[in-house]
Amino acid sequence: MHYHPLTAEDRRAMLETIGVGRFEDLLAGIPQKLKTRGLSLPEATSELELRRALEEIGRENRSTKNALSFLGGGSYEHFIPAALPQLLSRNEFYTAYTPYQPEASQGTLQTIFEYQSLISELTGMAVSNASHYDGATSLAEAGLLALRHTGRRKLLVSRATHPHYRQVLRTYVESADFTVEEIGFDKEGRFQREEFESLLTDEVGGVVFQTPNFFGVVENLEKVAELVHRKGALLILAANPMSLGVLRPPGEWGADMATGEGQPLGVPLGFGGPYLGYFAVTKELVRKIPGRLAGMTIDGEGRRAFVLTLQAREQHIRRERASSNICTNEALLALAACIYLTLLGKEGIREVGELNLDRANYLREEIAKLKGFRVAREAPIFNEFVVFSEKPFAEIEKKLIPQGILPGIDPSSFYPELKNAFIVCATETKSKEDLDRFAKALKEI
Amino acid sequence: MLIDSESRLSFEKSTPGRRGAALPKKKLLTKGASELVPHSLRRQNAAELPELTEPEVVRHFVNLSKKNFSIDTHFYPLGSCSMKYNPKVNEWAAGLDSFALVHPLQPEETIQGWLRIYNELEQDLKEITGMDRFTLQPAAGAQGELCGMMIVRAYHSSRGDHSRRRVLVPDSSHGTNPATAALLGYEVVQIKSNARGRVDLEELRRNLDHRTACLMLTNPNTLGLFEEEILEITQLVHKAGALLYYDGANFNALLGIARPGDMGFDIVHLNLHKTFSTPHGGGGPGSGPVGVKEKLVPFLPLPLVEKVKDRYAFKGNGPQSIGRLKAFHGQSGMILRAYVYIRTLGLSGLKQVSEDAILNANYLKERLKEFFPVAVDEPCMHEFVLSAKPAVPKGLHAIDVGKRLLDFGFHAPTVHFPLVVPEALMIEPTETESKETLDRFADALIQIRHEIDTNPDVVKNAPHSLPIRRPDEVLAARNPILTYQDFCESNQNPSVGAQLIAPEYKGAINRAPTIL
Repeated sequence: MHYHPLTAEDRRAMLETIGVGRFEDLLAGIPQKLKTRGLSLPEATSELELRRALEEIGRENRSTKNALSFLGGGSYEHFIPAALPQLLSRNEFYTAYTPYQPEASQGTLQTIFEYQSLISELTGMAVSNASHYDGATSLAEAGLLALRHTGRRKLLVSRATHPHYRQVLRTYVESADFTVEEIGFDKEGRFQREEFESLLTDEVGGVVFQTPNFFGVVENLEKVAELVHRKGALLILAANPMSLGVLRPPGEWGADMATGEGQPLGVPLGFGGPYLGYFAVTKELVRKIPGRLAGMTIDGEGRRAFVLTLQAREQHIRRERASSNICTNEALLALAACIYLTLLGKEGIREVGELNLDRANYLREEIAKLKGFRVAREAPIFNEFVVFSEKPFAEIEKKLIPQGILPGIDPSSFYPELKNAFIVCATETKSKEDLDRFAKALKEI
Repeated sequence: MLIDSESRLSFEKSTPGRRGAALPKKKLLTKGASELVPHSLRRQNAAELPELTEPEVVRHFVNLSKKNFSIDTHFYPLGSCSMKYNPKVNEWAAGLDSFALVHPLQPEETIQGWLRIYNELEQDLKEITGMDRFTLQPAAGAQGELCGMMIVRAYHSSRGDHSRRRVLVPDSSHGTNPATAALLGYEVVQIKSNARGRVDLEELRRNLDHRTACLMLTNPNTLGLFEEEILEITQLVHKAGALLYYDGANFNALLGIARPGDMGFDIVHLNLHKTFSTPHGGGGPGSGPVGVKEKLVPFLPLPLVEKVKDRYAFKGNGPQSIGRLKAFHGQSGMILRAYVYIRTLGLSGLKQVSEDAILNANYLKERLKEFFPVAVDEPCMHEFVLSAKPAVPKGLHAIDVGKRLLDFGFHAPTVHFPLVVPEALMIEPTETESKETLDRFADALIQIRHEIDTNPDVVKNAPHSLPIRRPDEVLAARNPILTYQDFCESNQNPSVGAQLIAPEYKGAINRAPTIL
């Protein structure tokens, strides 16, 4: 096996040093009846054959290389500068372990510190952690934090929040014996303000909104923080970080916690993972934040140094008294986001946000002109929006996929009331020709 | 010099007007952002991200990468972490457009390749562990544990058994075990190890009753020892009506050798980033698939992948499912890499993994045990624990030995864990290291043992060869500087900032954008 360096001679010499005759002697402690005999697994495949087989399996997927995709819904196709994957494939980054030995991990630690700084700046929050598994789990952990911090039992969440995020939130929150209640949305896809105000009682420990929400709508959160805080609850905003070069960030809305999916920042679609969840909070919550944090300090000679810090919250120190069981972040994905934001810089992050606004709004206007389709046009959108069709979505998909177009996401399994609707996403990756081709294909159905 | 150019942040290298990426200029609408989004919903002050050109960004990150140890550059004998080589064909596969550029919500007929990978990896993991069904959804080992313990809870409550509020863990267990159990409201009861480092059966018996929900166990345990009485243990636990959870952190010892399913475990989590060679990425992404026995299948998170005739499809789980654990399906990129690894090695190769991992560990232990006492002097599995106790009279500890190893070009072992061994040095060499590397490592540790007696200061003050030495962690925690913004603020406060900023650097910091 070409990954395993021991030769027959090595093995013999090593057994001799150990002082046993045969390798099996080292397994004497395993009861005989437990020893595995004859698993049903194929034998080794050579790299050449394996690569051919994988390319074959890959052909059973439709990628954005051979389809024009308008899917969004929490996973977005964006331009990734060529420098990013090259830097990310530095062996010293991707084959390193968690930076427990700071002297041997200043590279990783400084990039985490820079990531935390970039996310804080982008979200307008005081502090960011080193990242979480994904947008859904960071939201769920934020929900738990809000309930523990306030000592209350109920979370409110807008129903216009990504359905998977709401499911994960329920899994986490209900398993800790707390409850979740949902706030409805109007025909434009915006949260129902009156319903929110009536559900906001003294039992509520946290309120969750996503913006732009699952329908692509940029929520108007005017006075929301004030109302939430007056009731003694915390406000959690899940924002698409890609939008924050142009849209009002969670910090400016008065959020206590900002969480969301970091995938748009330089991570490919990758069939849904690995991604990264960002998690940022106000100063007040910094010692309660779950997950890892890098901090700046000095060493014995006064040199600037970076370390993992506030670890007293974490499981390997506190065991059953830890604030979370989390023992990793998504370091490599956080590095991708860090490199992405550094490459784009101050101007780039605004420009890419504007391009998304431009492409999605252009497409919305083009589809609005088509017979048999209707779009909600009152609420502002970022990079996706809902299309209502006279024909069932399945029929549209069936016609467009053979033409190499993936037309969007069907929300009906999560929102039964949204029948014959689909959610369409257009990012900066789409040219005018792409969008016109899509509109034309829809017209011809 | 307090800050040299090498430790400057990207923010401190920024120059207004520079940029590192070129985006399309052409807009399709005449309306701009100010007309598309009302003023009150727009950002008012620009996000002050650093402004650098592409070559500056590239140099910044490449130079940072050089300050890391990694498995591709150094031996990394971290106990319970399985820092093995990450095969490059895995990376090649994950980078294929036909896998990397696929959206998770595409229609099933356009993702058959991905569903096949999910399905086949599940079949392989079932066979390797002896479990009946796997979910590949959990994002990491710790989330796998959370998933597993949620299943424990759901199982007992489905039987109307609400009295089981206790979870048992050995005192040698990983910190995540008690943390996970506590997260779900369980009372954690620690079971003492016996003199041979294994679960003490008497102690277990005493603590098992109708209040016990589960025993969480790592086998081989964190001392690298196989729980020889595992069949008695599983029998006892089942007789008490509780379940058994297998923490797969140490599964690298058992590929093709023994299966948790055969031992009687009900729930298993694996770490694809340990046993199945997916890269650690500097602390993630991981992937923590969870396998269960038949009776627990209804509780698995949704969705699962099924093969129906020659097509693959998602299947929602029933009403007893614990629900969803993350958005979309799982850490797909890690799942594909693990699949490639298993196909590359095949049955004999997998067995060789564990055999060589065990042989390497025993060999190192044998070479080192006369210099540092071994916690339990018996044949070990894939790892073993030494004690740095001989260093204590000189005022030195396990952590000092670990730091000194860095000077020899070796990453430190896991230190001060497991908690049951004073001054623990937990060493896991893995199967991808050669005998020559092990010998060099043993020689280094033996030399350090000698230094402890003859020149303790060189150990106390190690490392001597790296960019920094013994950073002040107390200062970091007492006065957290977690962002560049914090740093700028502390810069205004002379009592803190002065320590962090070299006088000769003040000018450059003032040139950096003000973001306060």
